[in-house]
Parts: sequence; C-alpha cells; structure tokens
Amino acid sequence: MKRSRRQFLKVASLSVAGLGAQLAAGGMTKAAAAVKPSYKEDALALKAKRWAMVIDTREFASKEDFDACINACNHAHNIPNIPGKSEIKWIWKDAYEHTFTETKNKYQSKEIEDREYFMLCNHCENPPCVRVCPTQATYKLENGIVAMDYHRCIGCRFCMAGCPFGARSFNFTDPRPYIKDINPKFPTRMIGVVEKCNFCVERLDEGKLPACVEAAPGKIHFGDLSDPESEVRKLLEENYTLRRKPALGTEPGVFYII
Amino acid sequence: MLEKVLKGSPKYYMWLAFLGGIIGVGVITYLFQLKYGLGLTGMNRDVTWGFYIAQFTYLVGIAASAVMLVLPAYFHGYKHFKKIIIFGEFMAIGAVVMCMLFIVVDMGMPQRMLNVMLHPTPNSVMFYDMLVLIGYLCLNAIIGWKTLECERFQVAYPNWVKYLIYTSVIWAFSIHTVTAFLSQGLPGRHYWLTAILAARFLASAFCAGPALLLLLLMVVKKLAKFEIGKEAIKTLTIIITYAMCINVFFFLCEVFTAFYSNIPGHMHPLHYLFAGTEQGLPWVTYWMWIGAIFAIASLALLIPTSLRENMKILPWALGMLVLATWIDKGLGLIVGGFAPSPFETWATYAPTVPELLISLGIFGVGAFIVSILWKIAIDVKKEAGTL
Repeated sequence: MKRSRRQFLKVASLSVAGLGAQLAAGGMTKAAAAVKPSYKEDALALKAKRWAMVIDTREFASKEDFDACINACNHAHNIPNIPGKSEIKWIWKDAYEHTFTETKNKYQSKEIEDREYFMLCNHCENPPCVRVCPTQATYKLENGIVAMDYHRCIGCRFCMAGCPFGARSFNFTDPRPYIKDINPKFPTRMIGVVEKCNFCVERLDEGKLPACVEAAPGKIHFGDLSDPESEVRKLLEENYTLRRKPALGTEPGVFYII
Repeated sequence: MLEKVLKGSPKYYMWLAFLGGIIGVGVITYLFQLKYGLGLTGMNRDVTWGFYIAQFTYLVGIAASAVMLVLPAYFHGYKHFKKIIIFGEFMAIGAVVMCMLFIVVDMGMPQRMLNVMLHPTPNSVMFYDMLVLIGYLCLNAIIGWKTLECERFQVAYPNWVKYLIYTSVIWAFSIHTVTAFLSQGLPGRHYWLTAILAARFLASAFCAGPALLLLLLMVVKKLAKFEIGKEAIKTLTIIITYAMCINVFFFLCEVFTAFYSNIPGHMHPLHYLFAGTEQGLPWVTYWMWIGAIFAIASLALLIPTSLRENMKILPWALGMLVLATWIDKGLGLIVGGFAPSPFETWATYAPTVPELLISLGIFGVGAFIVSILWKIAIDVKKEAGTL
C-alpha cells in the first residue's frame, strides 16, 4: 500500500515537472520568435488623428434625404428592424428639442424648430462608455473612433447608462430574424450584446467614407479634426455649429451646421 | 457544524421545501430569459437597468448593515450585541449572494461573466464592485464561521480573526460606497449625479438593514424560543432611528437643491417620481407616496422613546421603515434615474411577470441561505448555552 502510494507520487511529480518544462519551453520559443502582426493595413486605408463628422442640417429637408443615409447604414451594418421600445439604431433622426436638449428656446425660428436632425454616436474624446465598461469591450482607437468588440461584451449595459447621448442599443432579442437583406461583409450580432455606430471603421480601412457620408454627398462631411487644412475644419471655421450636450465635457466628434 | 442543517423539525423542512419551490420557479423562468433574452423584462432602449439592478443596490445595503452590529461590539466593546452579531454576519452572506445573482440575471451574456476578471479594467467601477462583493462575502463567511466554531468549543477566537473583523468594518462601508459610485459618476443621469448619493445609500442601509434583521430575529425567536436581549433591541432601535433621520434629511437636501436651484434636469426625476408627467401618473408615483408616508410614520413611531420601546408597536415601525427604504432604493432610484431619457422625453418602465418571478427566485435563494445559516447558529449557540 505504502509503496504503491510512493510510486504514484513519483510518477505524478515527474509528469507534472515534465509538463511544466514543456510549457516553459513552448513559452520561450514563442517569445523568441519575432512578434510580427499578421494583420496588414490596406494601402488604400483612410487615416486621421481624430475622425470627426460635420452634418449640414440645412441640407436635410425631405424624408428621403434622411432615409438614404439611414438605410445605407442599416444595410452596411446588418441592423435589424425591430419595432417597439427595444429597437436597434445606429443613426436616426429626431426633433430639435430632443437633439439639442440644452439649447431649447421657446421662440426659436420656426424653420430651425421644424427641421429634423440626425443622431448617432458622437465618438467622444472623453467617452464615458469607455470609462465604465468593465471588460474593455468598448474602447477608443488611436484615430478617435469609439469601437466595440461584440464578442467580449457581457451585456451589463453600464455603457448605456453612462452614455449621455442615448447612442447605444442593446439586443434584447435575437436580431437575426429581423434583418431583411444580410450584408455578408459585416458581422451580425447575437442576443445580449450592446452595439452602436462605429463611424464605419471597416469602410475607412478599405479607403471608403462612412456609408451615411457616401449616401449624402455634400451634406455630411467627414475628416480629420486635428488637421487645420481638412474639409471639416474649414467648414467649422466658416459656419456656426452646435454639438450635443457640450457642458458634459465628453467632447463630441459630431458637429451640426445650423 | 454543518450537520445542524440536516436535523430539524418538520416545520423547518417544510419551509425549506417552500423556498425550494420558489427557487425552482425562478430557475425555470430564468431559462426562458436565457433563451429569449432580456426582452422578457420590462427594460428597453431608454431604461436599460430595472428591477434587477434596483434589488442589487438595495441588497448591498442590507449586506453592509451588518457593520452596525460589528462596529459597536468590536470597536467599542458593546457586549449586548455579541449574542446576535452572528445573525447579522450570516444575513450579510445571504444578501451578498443575492446581489451577485441579481447582477448575473441582469447580464445579456452571463456565460462571458468571467471577462470581468480576464480583462481587469481599473477604470470601471464595476470591476471594483466585483472585488468588494467577493471580498465581503469571504470576510463574513470566514469571520462568522470561525467565531461560531470558537463559541461552540467555548474558546476565545484566534487573534487573526480580530484583524479580519476590523477589515470587514471598513469593507462594509466600501461595498456600499462603490455601489453608489456605479451610478453617481455617470454624466447625464441627473438623479444620480450627486455627491450625496453614497452618503444617502449608507444612511438608508444602516437603518434598513438592522430593521430587517430585528424583524427577522423577532420571528425566529418565537420559533426557536430564545431572547434577543432587551438592551440589544434598545440600542439597535436607537441606531436605526438615527440612521433613518439622516436618510430622510439627505433626501430632503436633494429636494431642496433641485427645486430651489430650479434647474430642470434636477427637478425632472423628482417631479416624475412624485407628481408624474403631463401624460398622467406613472405606477411608481403611488409607490413613492406610500414610501414617503411610511418613512414619516416610522419616524413618528421611532423617535419618541416611549413608543420606540413598546414591543407591540416596534415591529410595525420597523416594517414601515423597511418598506419605505425599499421603495426609495429598490424602485424609485432606478426608475427616477432613467425616466428623463437622454432626449428629455419620459421613458417608461414597469417590471414584467417573468422579471418578478426571477427576482422572487433570487430572494428565495437568499432566504434559503439565511435560513440554514441561522439554523446552524441557533443550534450551536443553544448547545453552548450562549443564546
């Protein structure tokens, strides 16, 4: 009895030691190999230090003007059409008083009051959603885009409580049955995760402008906010613009020409 | 000591079976939620936290409140609490387990729960919340078990337990502070964006927790035939009364700041909760008024010493207090936080039946844990002659 136990311990300790050595050796060879990312950037990729959007709200009058952008985005990103209060939306339109809650004015010009405005993720410089996410499923890219990893998100919705712009949606149900025409170039999402506008980071990587910008030529402008020569900077210089809830200090990256 | 769980009266077993039934219903409903998603709840795009997170918030307070027994007993050597301290610690264990379960059922992707540990994120308050909850659970389990064991063998507890107890005192304050920080650091949620939220949480916890403990002890002492001790009840009710006064005072501070400053964002949530909207009164308004009336009534019965020390009145006062604080934190806080949406529209929310069944199941788990832990404590104490 005693001998057999001793034998067992011997064999067990030897095998543990062997396994450990193997793991250590494996780790070393891995470390020794040159770390080269397998990902290669597309030569056409559009680059910026800080992507930003300028929406010329004067140019959006009819339902068709808005729908062109919304549909382009919905199709590009496989956004389901779920009716009711658990809808998913990346870009949508709403009234002045709901968009610019801090600059309401009873005696506003009727034309401005009646106009509708786009809302989408602001890709803030100090994004509260990134600050609160417990798994870094939401993070800021070097180019200023606030991105999301749908496969890491645990669905705690802390980011939704944190976002003061209501830009995020949660998949309360399985979204796939609600997607009419699936775009195979972009992943669909699963039940239980949060999603939002990604400034078309996947299109920028291929050298294309965001889908909504492409769908509204001359109405929505997109460019590098850090470059004084960029189109967006020139537009900001020449026009009076608003941002949503600037007092909160999140520094939104979406500007509205009024 | 675990063997005490297995030896009980038929009543005890029937109670556990009843709780088992409630838990079963909760589990089955949760399986549906797992399959069909959180769409089964009343939550929506604008109100993204609901009944689950509200219960979590309230129960962290109940857990933290054990410190109201531990602090006087171990810091100030107040002997009268020594007998009942274990009940507070064991109730805290049940409460923390419920907190954790409420967090899990609120997740869209619970199978990825461990991502919080795999990708530790120190800038997220939820990361700290996980740490403090697990820590508090361990502290109470170790301290409770060890002190009870020493009581059983009639020896003094080892010195290292004392250091754990001191740690648990600070820890109790930290768990509820961190819970408040989950909400109070969010820009754009006016009802929560207030420095006094953590203080309000602590005040409400330190009255609601001991009140609930005392109520439960009053029931159990009849079943198990023991005395809580007159002095202990007297002191604990004074603690409860002061904490409730502070709680109500802090809330009134909020009301003053909102309405005297006349800032719409600050007034909106309170207006919604107590006076509804142009479209009428939401369901929560009725609850809020019941809560307000119960809060005042409980204070009216607790502040005068003659009423407070009347054992016939006391359970009613405590019951109203527990309900009032629960309405404030377990309903009003979350609904008020989300009611004015980021678009300054009124976002509505009401829990659904599946949501309530799952919550009931979790309360069943808590009651089950507290029942068997208290059973152990009572039996051990009776054997040792310390009850």
